[in-house]
Amino acid sequence: MTASENSLAKAAAALREEPGDGLAVAVWATLKRDLVLMLRRRSEVLNPLVFFALVITLFPIGISPDPALLAAIAPGLLWVAALLAALLSLDSLFRADYDDGSLEQLLLTPQPLALLALAKVAVHWLLTGLPLALMAPVLGIMLSLPAGSYVVLAISLALGSASLSLIGAIGAALTVGLSRGGVLLSLLVLPLYIPVLIFGAGAVQAAILGDGVLAHLAILGALLALALSLAPLAIAASLRISING
Amino acid sequence: MSLRLQAQSLACERDDRWLFRDLDLDIRAGEIVRVEGPNGSGKTTLLKILSGQLADYEGELFWSERPMREARESFLANLLYLGHAPGVKAALTPLENLAWYQALSGEKPGEAARFRALEEVGLVGFEDVPAGQLSAGQQRRVALARLTLTPRALWVLDEPFTAIDRDGVAALERRLVEHARSGGCVLVTTHHELTPCAELRRIRLGGGGADDGI
Repeated sequence: MTASENSLAKAAAALREEPGDGLAVAVWATLKRDLVLMLRRRSEVLNPLVFFALVITLFPIGISPDPALLAAIAPGLLWVAALLAALLSLDSLFRADYDDGSLEQLLLTPQPLALLALAKVAVHWLLTGLPLALMAPVLGIMLSLPAGSYVVLAISLALGSASLSLIGAIGAALTVGLSRGGVLLSLLVLPLYIPVLIFGAGAVQAAILGDGVLAHLAILGALLALALSLAPLAIAASLRISING
Repeated sequence: MSLRLQAQSLACERDDRWLFRDLDLDIRAGEIVRVEGPNGSGKTTLLKILSGQLADYEGELFWSERPMREARESFLANLLYLGHAPGVKAALTPLENLAWYQALSGEKPGEAARFRALEEVGLVGFEDVPAGQLSAGQQRRVALARLTLTPRALWVLDEPFTAIDRDGVAALERRLVEHARSGGCVLVTTHHELTPCAELRRIRLGGGGADDGI
């Protein structure tokens, strides 16, 4: 063996003790990769938004154009439609990664899986929850939602949909190994969505009636804080179970 | 600490059938270990168990003489696993695909290293074409570029020769031998006949047990 070959041998055989400190780099790269991927598959991003707009458009036609009636049901209706739209898009959260083998690679990195999964959920919220929250006030006009509740509607949806993305991702991770996990996913996560729905719609209702908006928003914030601290760990554990199967 | 992957009385059951039983392995630096056996004999399952992806097995695994449970962090920091599915995103270009892997593995991000890795697998000129428009063999080459991009001591490769052309196969074989000679270690399944060399060792699966060194 020549000297250069010797040095090569040392380089390759040198075992790494601990993973490098590239956690922030890895999370940022995952965030960026998922954003680029989603923006290249625009139809998938637009699907939930179109669904949301369609449902809200059809309601006045189907029920009655009476502004008083629509205004009464608007908060609940907007929230339910947004929740279902977010649920629709959840199934694909880990599906593509599972199919092409990137998910195994994600699980085999020395970086903490929970934080990498959190990056994926953040992208889901940025491209689903946030646009839904921004769209809702515009659709609220069609339901003659009383003026003064638009800002609360957008804030409650922005906060609430982040919790929905986090909770939903647990279900998506649990069902990613199943070929038809869509229905099971809905059944798994819908019961957990109910508190978010109650306080989200409640916030808008309170804004219309003119009392206690902050209390509702505070509870939504508390739910988000809880989901933010616990859901990533649950998502990571669920992904491990799915890959093990 | 030295590179050493051991398995003691490893057994795995699938659908009331033993894929393998009492399998003892001792894989050290400088070896190429080829796992062979007919379709369905559990080659991929064995590789997944040895790379820490499946927990559904009996027996013990050791990495550098420490139980795998304790040594998992250090094991993962030294592992490069290429599975059946190449793990290449169709909507991303080869450079973008590699950028993600580079960041995940904690390497210093750098486009020069990615270019060099693509050059190594003969994909120069395709670096900005979405991987979905590349052929199956070229997509596999994108995955194989990680061998150069992220230096790791232990390579676990599941059917790495799939869809690769003859020149590519020869180059990859040379690459495996080079890695073993430089103190690394390769664990590979393939139906392709590897050129015999001093580093090569075989493990045969199928028939309920395994014999070492046929």
